[in-house]
Amino acid sequence: MAHDHAIGGHAGHDEHEHHGPPSGIMRWITTTNHKDIGSMYLWFSFIMFLVGGAMALVIRAELFQPGLQIVSPDFFNQMITLHALIMVFGAIMPAFVGFSNWMIPLQIGCADMAFARMNNWSFWILPVASGLLILSMFVPGGAAGTGWTLYPPLSIQMGMGMDFAIFGIHLLGMSSIMGGINIITTILNMRAPGMTLMKMPMFCWTWLITAFLLIASMPVLAGAVTMLLTDRHFGTTFFNAAGGGDPVLFQHIFWFFGHPEVYIIALPAFGVISQVIPAFSRKPIFGYASMVYAIAAIAIISFFVWAHHMYVTGIPLTGQLYFMYATMIIAVPTGVKVFNWVATMWRGSLSFETPMLFAIGFLFLFTLGGFSGLVLAITAVDILLQETYYVIAHFHYVMVAGALFSAYAGAYYWLPKWTGYMYDETLGKWHFWLSLIFFNMTFFVQHFLGLAGMPRRVPDYALQFTEFNMISSIGAFGLGVSQLLFLYIVLKARKGGKKVDAQVWDGAQGLEWTVPSPAPYHTFETPPVFEGGKH
Amino acid sequence: MKVSMKRFASVTSAAALGLWSIVMSSNVWAGYQLNLDVPVTEVGRRAYDLHNEITLICLIIFVVVFGVLAYSMVAHRKSKGHKAADFHEHLGIEIAWTIIPSIILVLIAIPSTRTLIEMKDTSEPAITVKVTGYQWKWGYDYLKGEGEGIKFLSVLATPKDQIHNKAEKSANYMMEVDNPLVVPVNAKIRILATANDVIHAWAVPAFAVKQDAVPGFIRDTWFKADKEGTYHGQCSELCGKDHGYMPIVVKVVSAAEYTSWVDEQKKKAASNVDDPNKVWAMDEAMARGEKVYNAACASCHGANGQGVPGAFPALDGSKIAKLAKNKAAHIDIVLHGKPGTAMAAFGAQLSDTDIATVITYERNAWGNKTGDMVQPADIKAAR
Repeated sequence: MAHDHAIGGHAGHDEHEHHGPPSGIMRWITTTNHKDIGSMYLWFSFIMFLVGGAMALVIRAELFQPGLQIVSPDFFNQMITLHALIMVFGAIMPAFVGFSNWMIPLQIGCADMAFARMNNWSFWILPVASGLLILSMFVPGGAAGTGWTLYPPLSIQMGMGMDFAIFGIHLLGMSSIMGGINIITTILNMRAPGMTLMKMPMFCWTWLITAFLLIASMPVLAGAVTMLLTDRHFGTTFFNAAGGGDPVLFQHIFWFFGHPEVYIIALPAFGVISQVIPAFSRKPIFGYASMVYAIAAIAIISFFVWAHHMYVTGIPLTGQLYFMYATMIIAVPTGVKVFNWVATMWRGSLSFETPMLFAIGFLFLFTLGGFSGLVLAITAVDILLQETYYVIAHFHYVMVAGALFSAYAGAYYWLPKWTGYMYDETLGKWHFWLSLIFFNMTFFVQHFLGLAGMPRRVPDYALQFTEFNMISSIGAFGLGVSQLLFLYIVLKARKGGKKVDAQVWDGAQGLEWTVPSPAPYHTFETPPVFEGGKH
Repeated sequence: MKVSMKRFASVTSAAALGLWSIVMSSNVWAGYQLNLDVPVTEVGRRAYDLHNEITLICLIIFVVVFGVLAYSMVAHRKSKGHKAADFHEHLGIEIAWTIIPSIILVLIAIPSTRTLIEMKDTSEPAITVKVTGYQWKWGYDYLKGEGEGIKFLSVLATPKDQIHNKAEKSANYMMEVDNPLVVPVNAKIRILATANDVIHAWAVPAFAVKQDAVPGFIRDTWFKADKEGTYHGQCSELCGKDHGYMPIVVKVVSAAEYTSWVDEQKKKAASNVDDPNKVWAMDEAMARGEKVYNAACASCHGANGQGVPGAFPALDGSKIAKLAKNKAAHIDIVLHGKPGTAMAAFGAQLSDTDIATVITYERNAWGNKTGDMVQPADIKAAR
């Protein structure tokens, strides 16, 4: 594969100039090393996770009791908007991009990402974009108070905080598209000899498909917010009925991006889980091929279900029926994945280290989120539940218990490979159990609030909702504080602990476990020969 | 604070009992509602049943799948010396777990489709009401059927002191309005939803109705309540600052009560008509203007005209409200609004008299001692 060599040649060139990482701040600013960039993504996402989490705690503190206690309704709306934007674009997505940077080259046996310098750019755009979002809180009028969905005409009314958000989203989109191109090029061209596509680790498969979703959906969002920008400042009327436009048009465009976005977050999470469960079951993943087809099916269908977010906008009966059926179909490939994971564990030789605990927690809670998703897919039922706390509960089961738990599973799974030291297993288990309990305390009760009719995005509520809101708020603070434990565990593992060898986990499969721990700065400068997995 | 401590105590004790034991004692804990309210419309009850059935199906699948998982987690542990088997595919079972869920989905889809078709049938209503969402209140316009011609605005009735925790919260805190929508029982009511400024959503869970109100467009929905009573809902699409404070209250009454309500409204409307040619004196205009100001303007511009810095401009000392040369501009902005901002065109909401008196009020209240008088005739001329 001479072609592979040509693309990977850059890393080979570097080797002649210096043998280790350069030192000082410039190392991080100029780095083109996939491991450095991966680490920066992961640290950045964790910082944003804490920022977004703090905003969530402002929301939960205000909702602890009925009445207005802590913030004004205006600021409350800014918090719900920024919490969502920062968590989605600043925390969850970069976390999985961090995993992809670190692990894809190690898993497919190549020296670095295909476009190493572009990789540097993909990362360094992120802090600027998130900076714009955070800065928007301090401009006159404050941040956008529209919710992350940015629906016009409300978003047309907003002050300049909205423009900050629009430019922030443009930058985030650029970063994601560059990352997507990089991942696709790397995976398609730079796999070790012998590693055919259908022998690739599942994590690489999920990222390959996710990268296509990114490239297809981020420009759509960029288009939507650009139309908002011109409606706001340049006299166009895309979303203004008085000028021949339609506010609902924005919702169609937004959710055409927004639904694939859900899978941009969920698919890499599936990938991590598909690495962790076989490793701790000491058994190859069940139904590798059907797993790949299920991921591809989910990705394709995700482009055809967007208006299930819009059942109450007044789309016609035929539209409601079509989107209901299409949405229900997603349950089939998603079910296949859950069954495959369960079958992988079945008659394995199971052990329950922290990564496996988080993976099982994911399986359990993500399935619950999937079920509430099926309930919401039914239009007649959704009319009762749309825009209530039931929806909030649903997507936090998918986003927090799905994506976040899976990110933790991946972090604990690969942390020894990154640091060379085993993390503190006892503290890891504490982190899991505290997260599990407080997560459910926070979000399970929100199903009941939604069923009882409490709308979302309100700073205040009727007295009948008080009890569950209190439980939820207490849970949220517990959940928030528990996450600091993770920070401590990671810092501790960086400093030292029990040394691990290359094969950290006895059941783990893949090329990443053939390089020493910690993984050296340059790996696979000559491609390894892939012996072929058990698939 | 006493109340909140009591609530806090009840929450902690409930948490101690464990969430799931609450399920068992749900009747004891009035605050812990665990399911939808049973709707008072036939279609609504069907959606309610549908929800229960699908949730039950999900629960059964959940128990089966995670029963298998739980068994595996206990029986197939490495610590018990269990050796891993080496299977990694099985065509038969993979086909089965693709086909069986598909069949279940089809079985769910059939009743769901039937219910939805009924929900969308807005034909042959007895009464048609146009619902308009404003930032942040609802407007009701009886367009057709008994009561035709009645129109009014419906605003949150909860006093500000309760919201800001300066007074005890009443039982209907945040869910009470000055003028509820009144409809007769067992009559098909068609709702035409639209909005004046941003998207709102008119929602009453008891009728299984939720419909976005989109500015510039009209969407319809319907309900036929078969039980008298007062039903509550809230705006269900984020519409800005006071989104949380625009509840919906619907009173479903007997046909006879409805007829007498209609008569009363007609009489009230007839006696309330202001003489458009009346010339108002300052004192009178200020008193009326203050009322209008508190209902229509104070939520953004503040009770004392101070606004919200950065978000909503102050009127006290503003160029438009204080400078004599800007009187025409003042009338214009109140009548026609300011595009691209939350400043609505009040010309469509308020009468000439209301607008004239409120502008007079704004030009003479607080530090704005312009001495300007605006008469209803000025507004009529400016329209």
